[in-house]
Amino acid sequence: MKIKRSSWSLPYFIFLLLFVALPLVLIAVYALQDSSGRFTLDNISRFFSDADALSTFALSLEVAIENTLICLALGYPAAWILANRKYNSSAVTIILFILPMWINALMRTLATAELFNMLGVTLGKGTLLFGMAYDYLPFMVYPIYNILKKIDPSYAEAAEDLGATPLKVFLKVTLPLSAPGIISGVMMVFMPTVSTFAISEFLTNSKIKLFGTIIQENINSSMWNYGAALSLIMLVIIGITTLFDNKSSSAAQEGVI
Amino acid sequence: MMKKFIAKAYIWLLLALLYAPLLFIAVFSFTESRVLGNWTGFSVKLYQNLFLAKMQGSATLLSALENTLLIAVIAAMLSTMLGTVAAIGIFNLKGRKRQTMNLLNSIPMVNPDIITGVSLFLLFVFLHISQGYVTVILAHVTFCTPYVVLSVMPRLSQMNPNIYEAAMDLGATPFQALVKVMVPMLRPGMVSGFMLSFTMSLDDFVVTFFTRGTIGLDTLSTYIYTDARKGGLTPELRPLMTLIFLIILILLVIINVRQAKTQKKKV
Amino acid sequence: MENYIIDIQHLSKSFGDKKVLRDINIKVRKGEFVTLLGPSGCGKTTILRLIAGFLAPNEGTILLDGKDIGNLPPYQRPLNTVFQRYALFPHLDVYDNIAFGLKLKNVPQKDIDAKVRKVLRLVNMEDYEERDVDSLSGGQQQRVAIARALVNKPKVLLLDEPLAALDLKMRKDMQIELKEMHEKLGITFVYVTHDQEEALTLSDTIVVLNEGKIQQVGTPTDIYNEPVNSFVADFIGDSNILDGTMLCDRKVKFIDEEFDCVDEGFGENTPVEVVVRPEDVNIKKDKSKAQFFGTVTSCTFKGVYYQLFINTDKGYELMVQDYHKFEVGDRVGMQITPENIQVMHKERTCNSFKAVVVDSNHLEMLGGVFECCKTDIEPGTKVRAEVDFDKIDLMDHQDEGSAAGQVHSIIYKGNHYHLTILTDKRKHIFVNTNDVWDKRDLVGIRIEPKDIKIVEVNED
Repeated sequence: MKIKRSSWSLPYFIFLLLFVALPLVLIAVYALQDSSGRFTLDNISRFFSDADALSTFALSLEVAIENTLICLALGYPAAWILANRKYNSSAVTIILFILPMWINALMRTLATAELFNMLGVTLGKGTLLFGMAYDYLPFMVYPIYNILKKIDPSYAEAAEDLGATPLKVFLKVTLPLSAPGIISGVMMVFMPTVSTFAISEFLTNSKIKLFGTIIQENINSSMWNYGAALSLIMLVIIGITTLFDNKSSSAAQEGVI
Repeated sequence: MMKKFIAKAYIWLLLALLYAPLLFIAVFSFTESRVLGNWTGFSVKLYQNLFLAKMQGSATLLSALENTLLIAVIAAMLSTMLGTVAAIGIFNLKGRKRQTMNLLNSIPMVNPDIITGVSLFLLFVFLHISQGYVTVILAHVTFCTPYVVLSVMPRLSQMNPNIYEAAMDLGATPFQALVKVMVPMLRPGMVSGFMLSFTMSLDDFVVTFFTRGTIGLDTLSTYIYTDARKGGLTPELRPLMTLIFLIILILLVIINVRQAKTQKKKV
Repeated sequence: MENYIIDIQHLSKSFGDKKVLRDINIKVRKGEFVTLLGPSGCGKTTILRLIAGFLAPNEGTILLDGKDIGNLPPYQRPLNTVFQRYALFPHLDVYDNIAFGLKLKNVPQKDIDAKVRKVLRLVNMEDYEERDVDSLSGGQQQRVAIARALVNKPKVLLLDEPLAALDLKMRKDMQIELKEMHEKLGITFVYVTHDQEEALTLSDTIVVLNEGKIQQVGTPTDIYNEPVNSFVADFIGDSNILDGTMLCDRKVKFIDEEFDCVDEGFGENTPVEVVVRPEDVNIKKDKSKAQFFGTVTSCTFKGVYYQLFINTDKGYELMVQDYHKFEVGDRVGMQITPENIQVMHKERTCNSFKAVVVDSNHLEMLGGVFECCKTDIEPGTKVRAEVDFDKIDLMDHQDEGSAAGQVHSIIYKGNHYHLTILTDKRKHIFVNTNDVWDKRDLVGIRIEPKDIKIVEVNED
């Protein structure tokens, strides 16, 4: 019997259905049920009438966006310098940048928080942003660096040849060509920060609650349906922008691998 | 010249900031104080405690470390096998089917951890699967495999499409063709997929947190989380983290020196 | 004094300690089509990149319209380049790629539209404005790359192997179109290629380069008919390159036959090299008009003519082109007209190496230690050692010899091969041999002690 090689994807297909598709469907199912399993929209409406939850949600988005922008502002120049042969000829520096990714994130976060404590900085939104930038900067630098490294230097030469000053070369060629790296970096920073819970607790001494914390608290105190509803809301907001934008997700993959 | 100086200074400033907390841990691993940041004189007692397993709750810390490594190895191996076979399959799919698989494959990568965690938690609740080791490993395989697929895929497209047929033409069964021809050629992709999976599994906190159940299974991440929530970290974590950092640093240096050497040979 | 648009004077360039260009001088007239021709690694692309400004020379000046442009960055040089792999911006469509340079110069949108449309018509790519560059074929990308450069009205268009990535048919078509474009626009073209046929077809002037040095500058016919050395003769077209002796003015001896020729001033009994193109060896039906005889060993149809290999009675092999078919084993009489014999100075008659005396019967040279005849020169003295071309033995394995090297180039000289070996220390060794070697073969170098002649003792 001849087995077609395309059928080798079948086990993974079943796996994906079971462990990716079905669980996502279950989030929706649980979100639209009450604790006894009847259909209801209460969980959703409860969120929209809960001023605390709404403001936490808004704050989470704000913090995630701010953190992503900080990482981008700090990380892009770093990636650019590292990818530029004129300024950096050794591969060691980029390794130094990604090395902290291997150290347990919670441990790093705790150390950062303790460092703030020792320096006498009060924990709050400022330390949250600063600490998260620490944690996620490598995730921004690495994909951008990867893409910048891959850009054929003849593009920049061609632009220069056509009369572009170094600044124009950057704005009109390098920056647009590195867009996939930026998208990938933004996703790798934004996704975890918008949904984080432990990190925000550590960095603010639990003073600031983010959306992830509320989800976790509800799930842990067996309020699965409301927890699922909150997850669904997050999923919808984020999912719309990324999941179905095939272009950005394939661009993101390009940056990671 | 000036530009170069500014560029270098910027890089090293960022690195200094990035490494400050790690150095902070390392420095304070050499003092006995229970509170991080309080220097009570040089001592290697914490290291001794760690190695002789003499501190409070040392059993849980060491078993958390053991769990972390075991889960990471098993999850990475399973992901590598599943992902490699899947990549070969997807590579041979066409049109809409291939697009669907690629889309499905990308979902776990773009999903925030918390969504993956909550959704898998609900799945195990829904299927009445009691949570523990197995569910954590399954969850890790879920978010690791897509990266294996992505690492193996470029290798496949570089490969001569007739190589598999050539092996069969010379008398290999499909299984022999896979093991003797395909796997050696895909190995670099599989290795990088394995490494990615291993490190992601090591680093995971959120997904483990939601899928570990209530049997008291702890990985390093969940151990640290619980510990910190109780107030005050187990001080022996400091030497542990310092050692982990050193091991990774040494490994990376070795890999790099070897790479540099092979590159020089080529020139 | 003539007006040159590009005047390159004493240009040299090194990468690290590797010299890639030595004392290059090239003058280009306005509107000329100049081709830099040479094998890969000869430095031709480096010259182009120096003109464009992507590299800075170590020494020398580049004048454009009489002005030194050495200190101008590429974006201020009124030149444009067509890159080897096109380097079309993948994030821009065809229109925006072409408009790139104009937009930077703040040309009004209306004019940009008109210019882009005009240049697209010139390269036969109308209606392609909106296309994604990745969706174009190689040939189409090539046209867009040319259009993108031409639309800026450069004083000089630099082309870096622009046709190398195209298939043969497409390449031929593009050659014709490029030639037409050049004639129509009157822009100076500086063209880099390793394809001698392309160079002969397109150029007004060809600059032949090898190992960072200019070998010959001239029109295609000059270069083809009167190559100045065996490298040029071998590189351009098919040729028979033979060792010979200039007996006296207008009389040369090669393949053990005496021929009349038109060359003078070589002196008497001077060793020379002789080039005869295969189409210049005439097979005479009337055997009484033949100067020498031989036997056909192979005959291959090449489309228009037959390519024959003929063994002469005196034991030399010649490549001959003829319009008639011959059978293997046919005996033929041949004649060569005096005008078609190109006599060249011999660049060298034997190897000459720098060496150091190690002890009474050993010399260190070429990165190894060689045994030599007994000498009473003080150890440590620097000397010069001479070895004849045919006294060097090449070994299959590098460690079988006293020094190691690699076959760098091969010229067939009718009854033997003349090889250039590049040692690990980048020294050249010239070897005559009857054995067949391939380019890039790794060889060990062995020399019999009696064949090493110590000729000159340097006192310092």
